[in-house]
Amino acid sequence: MRLNDEEKAMVAGDVGEVRRWAISHQIAVGEFFDAADFVPVAQAHIMADTESLGEAGVRFLEGLAAAPEAERWVRVPAITDPRGIDFAVYRRLGQTPEMAALERRTIAALRAFGVLMTDTCINYQTIMPPVRGEHMAYGDTGVVIYSNSVFGARSNFEGGPSALAAALTGRTPRYGYHLDACRRATRRFRLTAPPRDLSEWGALGGIVGEVCGSYWEVPAIEGMETVPGSDALKHFGTALASFGSVALFHMPGITAEEAVLAERAPAPITIGAAEIAAFLNRYAAPDDKLDVVVFGAPQLSLFEMEAVASALDGQRVNPETTVIVGTSPEIKHAADRMGLTSRIEASGAVVAQGICFYQSYAREMAEANGWTRLMTNSAKLVNIIGGYGYRPTLASLDRCVASAVAGRVL
Amino acid sequence: MPILLHCHKGIGPPVTGTALVAADNFSARYDLDRSKGVFSRPTHKLFGHSYADRILVLDTSKGGVATAWMLHEMASRSVVPKALIFNRVNPITAQGAAFGNVTLVDGFEGDVTQLFRTGDELRVDPAAGIVEILNRDG
Repeated sequence: MRLNDEEKAMVAGDVGEVRRWAISHQIAVGEFFDAADFVPVAQAHIMADTESLGEAGVRFLEGLAAAPEAERWVRVPAITDPRGIDFAVYRRLGQTPEMAALERRTIAALRAFGVLMTDTCINYQTIMPPVRGEHMAYGDTGVVIYSNSVFGARSNFEGGPSALAAALTGRTPRYGYHLDACRRATRRFRLTAPPRDLSEWGALGGIVGEVCGSYWEVPAIEGMETVPGSDALKHFGTALASFGSVALFHMPGITAEEAVLAERAPAPITIGAAEIAAFLNRYAAPDDKLDVVVFGAPQLSLFEMEAVASALDGQRVNPETTVIVGTSPEIKHAADRMGLTSRIEASGAVVAQGICFYQSYAREMAEANGWTRLMTNSAKLVNIIGGYGYRPTLASLDRCVASAVAGRVL
Repeated sequence: MPILLHCHKGIGPPVTGTALVAADNFSARYDLDRSKGVFSRPTHKLFGHSYADRILVLDTSKGGVATAWMLHEMASRSVVPKALIFNRVNPITAQGAAFGNVTLVDGFEGDVTQLFRTGDELRVDPAAGIVEILNRDG
């Protein structure tokens, strides 16, 4: 990679060991992807849940955080993805004091770098959305795909170590979705019937993602007759990124950039109501005992919190079923202020802030609580959670709530 | 003569080990029980197989960002693949390999899930961009 004088100084350790580690890590990754040079970034978004970090990752962060402040302070605004623990509710969810202790150490280490603890995967709805053409180092697949597609930002998937490195150097290797050549549509899809709710938007993302099946494929979705809302595109994008590892999509007339087709883009694949219904049916489990219902992954917007509150008004969650509603700290505070939290909790549901279910020791929670059957309106979550030993069912918000009240899958 | 295959220059140290091959994808979060060191996703073609000390040969990486931390965590307990071979990876797997010092290569001529077989003894040299199949003749 071509390095400027500032970058060479970092490599040489002239500005400390922390930035030497950071830029060396970035060069290793950049050379793997044939990056020509670095590009400055405006923000970094760091995924650092403790289930992923483990003791080894936390010790690594603490080691860097022990450096003098001038050597460790971030060079661009840096924020965090969801954590694994909400200290207000973790015991109720079957998480342990040991998990909470590891979480506290991680938070202390990240704060020592000057990282802002936003604990959210919906920063594009709540913190600071990017501007078209802005280069970012975003560390959540849902954040990357929404920001690249809807706003026209430029980011690769940046895992926790790489996003932290970008925060410390203020730059990232210029490869992948920082380059025009990678942003052309390589696959075409034609929608013949619009999804009817967020679970179906996620299902659509899952269908497209399974066809694409690669980070380097860019789908264009044609046939959109109405403009989807932010939550619909959020669920579509997160499922597309989860099922397909896809980082950018185009919807002509809706998303930020013109959908320039790559030369090899094949004829469009048609997706309609039958394909979406078939996708949901893969997860059907009628009349199965229901252990846990999760609204989250991605965290809920204020409007989704209101929808959950309205669906639960006057209802009582079955004593054999746990309902978890996950949102960001900013939205939780707003929901508290507007009475949404109390309406949700009056049903017996748990409102958790700053976490994401699958990033919260999902396997250990299942073992502690005896959970197996999980129901959600998030296609992303049903894709992930099977590996943690759950049997997931995907359904609309209303059907999830009705099932939670009944204690079985309706 | 061992079979010699060329690939893009990779990440991590040179290693020798036994291949575990499947026409499927990889995510440390989605697919693994890292405490037991086995594939735990019921629909994965390697479900139930141990991955520790094996050279995993798979199509591509998938899903989320957790693999970037998890390879490092797995390596710290020595319950980690010896190397990863893919047709083409996403950035997360490359970042995780770089952070965890796990050997990784991709970018071969041909499909790696056909070029390699489970049980092949492989020598992977990422810096040279070479993988040798030691127990088969070319």
